[in-house]
Amino acid sequence: MKKTIVNDIDFSRYNIKNEVRYSYKTEKGLSKKIVEEISERKNEPKWMRDFRLKSLEIYESKPMPTWGVDLSELDINSIVAYLSPDTKMKNSWDEVPEDIRNTFEKLGIPEAEKKALSGVGAQYDSEVVYHSIKDNLAKQGVIFEDMDTALKKYPDIIKEHFMTKNVTPNDHKFAALHGAIWSGGTFVYVPENVKVEVPLQAYFRMNAPGTGQFEHTLIIADRGSEVRFIEGCSAPQYAVSNLHAGCVELFVKEGARLIYSTIENWSKNTYNLNTKRALVDKDGVIEWISGSFGSHKTMLYPCSVLRGKGAKSEYTGVTFAAKGQHLDTGSKMIHLAPYTSSKVLAKSISKDGGITNYRGLLKIGPNAEGAKASVQCEGLMIDEISRSDTMPIIEVLNDNVDIGHEAKVGRISDEQIFYLMTRGLSEDEARSMIVRGFVEPVAKSLPLEYAVELNRLIKLELEGTIG
Amino acid sequence: MKDTLLEIKNVKAEVDGKEILKGLNLTIKKGEIHAIMGPNGSGKSTLCNVIMGNPHYKVTNGEILFEGEDIVKLKVNERAKKGIFLSFQSPEEIPGITVDNFIRTSLSAVTNKNMPMLQFAKNMKEKMDMLDMKPEYRTRYLNVGFSGGEKKKSEILQMAMLNPKLVMLDEIDSGLDIDALRVVAETVRKLKTDDMSILIITHYNRILDYLEPDVISVLANGRIVKEGDKNLAKELEKTGYESILDEVLS
Repeated sequence: MKKTIVNDIDFSRYNIKNEVRYSYKTEKGLSKKIVEEISERKNEPKWMRDFRLKSLEIYESKPMPTWGVDLSELDINSIVAYLSPDTKMKNSWDEVPEDIRNTFEKLGIPEAEKKALSGVGAQYDSEVVYHSIKDNLAKQGVIFEDMDTALKKYPDIIKEHFMTKNVTPNDHKFAALHGAIWSGGTFVYVPENVKVEVPLQAYFRMNAPGTGQFEHTLIIADRGSEVRFIEGCSAPQYAVSNLHAGCVELFVKEGARLIYSTIENWSKNTYNLNTKRALVDKDGVIEWISGSFGSHKTMLYPCSVLRGKGAKSEYTGVTFAAKGQHLDTGSKMIHLAPYTSSKVLAKSISKDGGITNYRGLLKIGPNAEGAKASVQCEGLMIDEISRSDTMPIIEVLNDNVDIGHEAKVGRISDEQIFYLMTRGLSEDEARSMIVRGFVEPVAKSLPLEYAVELNRLIKLELEGTIG
Repeated sequence: MKDTLLEIKNVKAEVDGKEILKGLNLTIKKGEIHAIMGPNGSGKSTLCNVIMGNPHYKVTNGEILFEGEDIVKLKVNERAKKGIFLSFQSPEEIPGITVDNFIRTSLSAVTNKNMPMLQFAKNMKEKMDMLDMKPEYRTRYLNVGFSGGEKKKSEILQMAMLNPKLVMLDEIDSGLDIDALRVVAETVRKLKTDDMSILIITHYNRILDYLEPDVISVLANGRIVKEGDKNLAKELEKTGYESILDEVLS
């Protein structure tokens, strides 16, 4: 597949704060009235409105999770659930309001679209402001729409798949929250045997302070198809908390292959409580690539349900937590069918008091005869005050399986730093080199531009410069 | 003292509050090969670490003059940039960083400029051939899974590429078989220019047969207690350190 272009990292571009101009926003907090308002404003069918209200009930009935990160300071009553920018969705960047366009330009989206993407969706706060797909894909029957439009144009497909058999509002409190107040996001359908060579991208941007973003991504890769989807996320830094509780539902049909890549760089006031799951049929392949650098607190565990014989999943993740960040990330691999295979490679880095935790589940069901799985998770602490932990849980209910597992946590030693300094490197350069070496196995498996971005991000975090 | 490279004056140094060097004096001339011998625990490795500036070792007294400048307050990498090089007894492993990448980074840090890729590759090949190292070492991760001999060769390769003014070989002969020792020692001798001084820390005479030292100093109890030419090594081999210590202390 063709490589995408990802621009050089410059943190200032993430921190653009535009004046908040909205056509409509809900009051702070959450209520039946607010949920009804959102649904009404979007002019949704009754089933969706009912679904939202049902989800709200589930949300209210479920307690806050007591594991993972500390959520006691997250006050849902101070979050604006829905804020619509004062623009309608456009198909041309020229028509997108200037400040919003500028923001996306600084993030490199229109340029990447020209050079290396098949289609782009750009969401700004609660609504998608730009959406476009290349003609040749549309002609092959590929659907790439923002979720609200998809709900109107393809109500049957959406009704069948939307939080019904993949992620459901019953799964956990924030999935229920998502069901109640979701807005925006992307719908992708790739018809049988269509191979989308050039990736599709969705970019999610939060601009307004104290708001939530709850985009919904639904991708159906039909039999024998191939597609690569990239999502990027960022927000400027504010003093008040923002909340991101997106939901990603992926359907990988027989023999299809889907690569789902994320570079998450939310500002450090954001709670990122995201749910991602793929249902994979016979001989289907899901590959997750996940880079988590931003946010105040994150709980994110992309899940692969390998339900067809020979289905495969790979998860490659890097998590980087600095001061004030607690990132609890990992992956879930559920093997339900014979000869399914999964591979996890997760690396996390913590510095300046940051906390990372790998939390993963590998489950081999009784029918997963001949399954193969490997989990490798490693944490590296850059200094004495940072923390890192790994909690890989493995449950095996079939004897005829092949499982490999390795979990390690370590700290950079003074001896390593001294050794590198005797060869002319400064202390910061020495740390940076050790970290780059640590993530090398992940960097190697990433598309080149991601590897470059990853290295730049590490250099920036550790040396304060862009080399 | 125009031809003095390193002059250590009455240096006292401690580790974790324990004094190891107790008023050490030592002079190394430009181009000189200088061996330091001494019993275990006498402070030989501490001396190397103190010259290199390892922050774990605290200098409490004295001066270390390198080309006439006191370097006691300089950071380790600043000393490296001045041309001081330490070959480690057991160098650290750096997973994920190739030998090639490491030496390139190090070279540009020390010299403050980037060597053109082709020139670099040519130099690497030349030095690795001298050390009898296979080309695939360039792409291996630094010291990861290296045998004792491979680690020593990797250290000498770095020395060869960085071309320092002062090379400290800390027990380069430990863990090497006789053939590997010969290759390493001969390479060091070939690489040595008139501008390069070598400080050899060793227990044994074998390496001194290949690298004939101009001066041998005996370090005992944190001080240099005796200095002589290469014949001193032979004498030590016969009589052991005890007799020298007795002689010095009496």
